[in-house]
Amino acid sequence: MRVPLKWLGELVGLPADREALAARLTLAGLEVTECETVGGDWKGVVTGRVLRVEPHPNADRLRLVTVDPGGPPQRVVCGAPNVAEGQLIAFAAKGAVLKDPRTGQDRVLKKSRIRGVVSGGMVCSEAELGLSAEHAGILVLDSDAPPGTPLVEVLGDRVFVFDLTPNRADALSVLGVAREVAAFTGGPLRPPGIEAPREGSPIAGRAAAEIHDPDLCHRFTLALIEDVEVAPSPKWMRERLAAAGMRPINNLVDITNYVMLELGQPVHAFDYDRVREHRIIVRRAAAGERLTTLDGQRRELDPERLVIADPGGPIALAGVMGGADTEITPETRNVLLEVANFDPVTVRRTARRFDLFSDAARRFAWGLPAELASAASSRVCRLLAKHAGGRVAEGIVDVWPRREAPVRIRLRHARLPQVLGIPVTPDTARGALERLGFDVDATEEDTLEVGVPGWRRDVRVPDDLVEEVGRFLGYDDLPASPLTGAIPHHPPLPARELRERVRDLAAAAGLHEVQTYTLLSDAELEPFTDADDRAVRRPLRVQNPLGQARDTLRTSLRPGILGAAARNLERGEPAVALFEVGRVYLPRPGQPREEERAVGCVSGVRLDRFGNPTDEPLDFFDARATLERVVAGLGILVSWRPGEEIGLLPGRVAALRLCGRGKGVRVGVVGQVHPETAERFGLDGDVFLWELDLSRLLDRAEGLTALPQVQPLPRYPAASEDFAFVVGAATLAEDLLEAASRHPLVASARVFDDFPLDRRQGHPAGARSVGVRVRYRAPNRTLRDRDIAKVRRGILNRVRTACGAVVRGNG
Amino acid sequence: MSVSEPVLLSAAEVEAALEALADLVTDAELGRWRTANLGRKSRLSLALRSLGRRPVEERAAAGRFLNQAKGKLERGFRDRRAALKAERTRALRPLDVSLPGRPLPRGGLHPITLTERAVVAAFASMGFHVIEGPEVETEYYNFEALRIPADHPAREAMDTFYLEGAEETPLLLRTHTSPNQIRFMERQTPPIRVIAPGRTYRNEATDATHEWMITQTEVLAVDEGLTLAHLKGALYEFARRMFGEDRTIRFRCDYFPFVEPGVEVAVSSPRGWIEILGAGMVHPEILRNMGYDPEIYTGFAAGLGVERIAMLRYGIRDIRRFYENDLRFLRQF
Repeated sequence: MRVPLKWLGELVGLPADREALAARLTLAGLEVTECETVGGDWKGVVTGRVLRVEPHPNADRLRLVTVDPGGPPQRVVCGAPNVAEGQLIAFAAKGAVLKDPRTGQDRVLKKSRIRGVVSGGMVCSEAELGLSAEHAGILVLDSDAPPGTPLVEVLGDRVFVFDLTPNRADALSVLGVAREVAAFTGGPLRPPGIEAPREGSPIAGRAAAEIHDPDLCHRFTLALIEDVEVAPSPKWMRERLAAAGMRPINNLVDITNYVMLELGQPVHAFDYDRVREHRIIVRRAAAGERLTTLDGQRRELDPERLVIADPGGPIALAGVMGGADTEITPETRNVLLEVANFDPVTVRRTARRFDLFSDAARRFAWGLPAELASAASSRVCRLLAKHAGGRVAEGIVDVWPRREAPVRIRLRHARLPQVLGIPVTPDTARGALERLGFDVDATEEDTLEVGVPGWRRDVRVPDDLVEEVGRFLGYDDLPASPLTGAIPHHPPLPARELRERVRDLAAAAGLHEVQTYTLLSDAELEPFTDADDRAVRRPLRVQNPLGQARDTLRTSLRPGILGAAARNLERGEPAVALFEVGRVYLPRPGQPREEERAVGCVSGVRLDRFGNPTDEPLDFFDARATLERVVAGLGILVSWRPGEEIGLLPGRVAALRLCGRGKGVRVGVVGQVHPETAERFGLDGDVFLWELDLSRLLDRAEGLTALPQVQPLPRYPAASEDFAFVVGAATLAEDLLEAASRHPLVASARVFDDFPLDRRQGHPAGARSVGVRVRYRAPNRTLRDRDIAKVRRGILNRVRTACGAVVRGNG
Repeated sequence: MSVSEPVLLSAAEVEAALEALADLVTDAELGRWRTANLGRKSRLSLALRSLGRRPVEERAAAGRFLNQAKGKLERGFRDRRAALKAERTRALRPLDVSLPGRPLPRGGLHPITLTERAVVAAFASMGFHVIEGPEVETEYYNFEALRIPADHPAREAMDTFYLEGAEETPLLLRTHTSPNQIRFMERQTPPIRVIAPGRTYRNEATDATHEWMITQTEVLAVDEGLTLAHLKGALYEFARRMFGEDRTIRFRCDYFPFVEPGVEVAVSSPRGWIEILGAGMVHPEILRNMGYDPEIYTGFAAGLGVERIAMLRYGIRDIRRFYENDLRFLRQF
């Protein structure tokens, strides 16, 4: 909301420091987001009264002028012929920014000595103020502003732009802001006059109104103003409306707008002669009724809409917009003025239904006191009589089916320190509340009984009064008290601990964390969702998305990370290694299951010793290595065996399953993204992806939250032996190792190489050599050759039986 | 049997072995020499081991000779090895030490993760415990229980994403982390000190300072004797931990339906006051609805935007950077 200060200043005395006022209002809850200048901004230029004009001792054409600039008188040297005692002029003090009349450039006024006399400022011409090219004489102001008034307020205006909170419907008006200014500065409040000369014949019998739905219309008034003359409204009114952001139209329209801005009460003017039977019915619309509103739109109504109707049908959408048929026009002679009070919810719904959040609708939707209707009606009548030559009919039609009782709240004194944390004496509280317009009865010993003014519909419970006292006193003196008292014990949150550990581990494995949007497009999810499953459980969709690209709640983290990888590779990164930890939203009846996943993505080429990209692409095992690090860091044991996964390339996918407790539970996957899928995300080269199901890990994995228990270091030496096994293409190294390890004296077995064998040397197609290094160790002695020989025989037997492996060279 | 014949080592053999040392250059050659001349199967070792089989009158002299020979050979070996090492060290060429090291893979955490952790740590130091809740919420938890009934004007400021289906109990993406207040208070009794970080959603256009997806953190404390001054104390401590010891905070009156009084909190900065969060005293009606007596228990709540705090801490000008995931941005943390 925009409040021009000239207007505000008419309703309340304003302090000189406008910035300080804006700051005070902001701290008290009426946020001033901007302090705009209308017209020019003349920094350091104020009004000054010319006290004396004397000749300059050293120059015939110059004079010494003594000016009262609202402070100590200043003597300046002036060359203008038209300067005279008693004039109100524009006075620029040292430091003011003025235009150079010759160059038009801004320059800062410095203290100067002109022909031996020090000049303490300057009396400005229009050219120096940038108003015109006139530089022959000084600008003489026609104003009764006191000396020291910023020039902007005489020649232009300032506007406070408020961003109000919806509880403060009372402040959606110049008068409302003026009340707050008066409360905080003590400046006198001067409410506008509302008495109208009612010289016309009585309205009774010439207009009537009835309310069919008193739940939705709390009060309805009509006034009649006859023989108005449509003309432009006065200059001051047009200026104020324009400064407040409203386009002036003619006196009838302008006055209704002016009163709405001034008092906060929307009013609506009908052309009296176009309202059938001059009879108004406030009712719900019938299904299928139509109304063409002021904006020319033909709108279909329904019983949810409250309308103002005449016997012929709807003539306005209550509180939102008038109808075109009864609109006032330049030909309007007689005005039927509606000022009403509607249920906020009805107005809000209708405004939303038709997307018509007009100034009027917003005020009704925030809630207005019913008392205001008659006052606003009277104020409009007064202005119409004065500025549109209207004759106001005697009396008003006033239907007010249910009056609200005035609100009184009992506030215990003790509640103030209990909430605010500072001692507040009853006198202080009483003084604050009275300044804010509350009516305080302090006759009881420990309680204030407070009457709430009608306009403060947001104050209903004792703590609302506590806030009023708090904001009046300001929170600057509130101490910052440290928290004391016992620290409560709350249950731990293992999901968070797991998530943060995975983040640390993944980052330590060389992956950069990304965070991607939880809403994406259905098309992005599709390559990673099973078609059958999709038919049953469609991902959740947003009714009112920001766009098609973001209308579906993710059921997978994979599209997001692939998108991030693609954008970075596209931009020229030679390699990406990324991870994300986040939620997926799995549909089910009611609220979805929100599960946590971690996903990693590796793509691009290896870098050389200097970080240059090489020709060697990153591969499956680069991706697997990062996941191995994370899994090892979590302290869980898993198997890595071929698996299948939608969107990944068959034959290049390992499924991770738990070992130990929960054995066989699938907790993750790593594999190459199917080239067709990669292509859909704009990825060209080989892309590798892994995923861990953190929710399932938390449910099923053993020892996740346990600390590692340290094993004693071995006391006896190990012996190691290398085997080269010939195996078929389908044999898994993991099976070989498992077979090799199945003896208590085998401390460890690991693969040390793997290469294909040549068919020309008699090996079957696809045969490989897998090198396995076995370490033997006993906990209680040094092993002898014959102990080892026994274990070795067992190993060879088991690998042959389990994997068909034979030692290379031994046939 | 020849096996029982004692092994003899002549002085000439020893001299020859010592002379051969001078031709050795590599570590492997040195190793082989050592095995041949000092190893378990060397002539020296065999001679020493077979000493007992020699006539008694020879043993003393032979023993002395063999021990001297062993000393000579060992010394010769050590000297040769030292000489070779010194030679190699002399031959080392200086490095360009200004060349970079071999690159190690480098990962990192997202600035939102880092900032959220800092926020959590700041409140954890004051005894706050982390809780979490669903992002897909009901109108009850997101609005109604927080005193924002249907058609309340405060809903205007919270453009909400509604989900398709579920007409009887509409589901939405939570617009703030405040539903966590209700969910936690329903299950627990005072005293309460919790902090609830998580993603929240507003259906609004994005620009340099607005995102439709925001990471918020809810703060809630309920106990006997908590006042607005404690809220100020907790947030003052928080501000100093997040932004530096010399920071102060300012309250200004603001409105959120679920607190009373409500305040907007600004932190001092070299460029003036910067508003960082909204807060207030938990509305007595909410406490009462949770079964807490508001005459006994009071509480405070705050909701802060992690992105906003991250922007201030790291000097980020455009909020959209966070979810673009440009590695040039991510590598800077």
